[in-house]
Amino acid sequence: MNKVEVRNLTKSYVERRMKARSPDSCNFHEKCEVLAGIDFTVEAGSFTCFLGPSGCGKSTLLQIIAGFDRPDKGRVIIDGKEVSSPSSRHIFVFQEDGLLPWLTARQNVALGTRHIKDPEERTSLEQDYIEMVGLKGFEDHYPHELSGGMRRRAEVARALITNPDILYMDEPFGALDFVTRLQMREEMLNVHSMFDSTILFITHDIDEALQLGDQIIVMSERPSHVKADIKLDHPHPRDLAKGELATLRKEIYFLMGLHAAL
Amino acid sequence: MAVRRTDSIISFVIIISIWELTVKFFHVSPFKFPGPGEVGVALYEMGASGELIDHVVASLFRVTWGYYLAVLVAVPFGLLLGSWAGARKVFNPLIQFLRPISPLAWIPVALIWFGIGDRPAIFLIFLSSFFPMVVFTMSGVQGVRRTYLRVADNFGLTGIKRYLKVILPASMPEIVVGLRITLGTAWLVIVAAEMIAVKSGLGYLIVDARNALRMDRVIAGMIVIGIIGLCLDWLIRQLENIPYVQWSRRRR
Repeated sequence: MNKVEVRNLTKSYVERRMKARSPDSCNFHEKCEVLAGIDFTVEAGSFTCFLGPSGCGKSTLLQIIAGFDRPDKGRVIIDGKEVSSPSSRHIFVFQEDGLLPWLTARQNVALGTRHIKDPEERTSLEQDYIEMVGLKGFEDHYPHELSGGMRRRAEVARALITNPDILYMDEPFGALDFVTRLQMREEMLNVHSMFDSTILFITHDIDEALQLGDQIIVMSERPSHVKADIKLDHPHPRDLAKGELATLRKEIYFLMGLHAAL
Repeated sequence: MAVRRTDSIISFVIIISIWELTVKFFHVSPFKFPGPGEVGVALYEMGASGELIDHVVASLFRVTWGYYLAVLVAVPFGLLLGSWAGARKVFNPLIQFLRPISPLAWIPVALIWFGIGDRPAIFLIFLSSFFPMVVFTMSGVQGVRRTYLRVADNFGLTGIKRYLKVILPASMPEIVVGLRITLGTAWLVIVAAEMIAVKSGLGYLIVDARNALRMDRVIAGMIVIGIIGLCLDWLIRQLENIPYVQWSRRRR
């Protein structure tokens, strides 16, 4: 099925920012190694969360896996085939707004139904998904007329309506307020149980990763490698305050260099 | 903030008052600088005889043709150059070389190629609109957010669909700015073009009036040019209210 294998992936880029973003970032015009030999396997149908300090190349990694960018060395293999370009079976939910702002919510969702020939079937499917994500009554609104949470929902609906083999999500809820974030988190669990899609999910929120993931990949600072590859088979809903998960949570905090936060 | 219609009239009232007072106070000869009253009379005479509307129609006819032809060719060309780096490398130097050559410098060429009549004027308008429009469209396309292009790739939008659904609307805000500025330029150039090649139009009206030493008609012609310029700008600004274009102003 949709097993994702990443083999010894390396990526460098030339720093184009004049001002350094952080003390350890690269100088202007210097070649900068972001990913240094990333290696992991994601099982078909699993929910994998990527954790790591900001600027460690999580986004770059996901862009490469999705086929938007090319690695310098190494390979991304999905179902035994090497990835060379984006696929409409593997949908990306973007960190910033990925909705096309000149299209209404429905028209955006309809980007995902273009493969369906029958117009009636298409319309009813669109309506189903719009209702599923709670956007009934907002079909004809433009993205700027929707709240942050609704925009994320519309984008998730656009992705799910294609019944994708893989769903890539790059900090999709990063810009939402706390409560909306928790709601979206719960909804992602529903999505995971309802759909067979393999989900690759970037977050900087350790608790989010622990709540959602079947697998958590912790990345190091740049040049980044896989620091920990953790499998979780705890049932949902998960209580992070006690037992094995509480210990794991502590370990991940330590791995990410947060010694005093707990 | 809403601007009341009367606010925008104030500056016109002030300038007309200063004009009237200056002419009265310094006893300026109407052959040098007629007052608003005399110009008003000239305007009325030309309007009543139907002469004015003929000239306006002639000018608008040429501008419309030259401008539409230019937009029709320049926008697809700009879309292509903006999204295809190879073509851009080949054509951009040529465009940047031709662009600063004033359309007025082309007047002799236009006359020799197209003779007398509407065609050289239309050709000049075409030139004056074509190059800026290509550049605006091209830079609009180059400024399209990478995320939108990736969405297109992700959902398998290729070929003409990619242009119509993503690239064109994403660069539309800048294209509309281009349309607006270019129409202004076209209107500037038509008057100059008509001073030479033709026997109708507002440019011709002004030159003809000067030859007859009718300064009142010259200024009346200038006023009409200004008013039509305002109207054209208002008209083209309505494009900004289409949802296809409006998104950029409303975002966030």
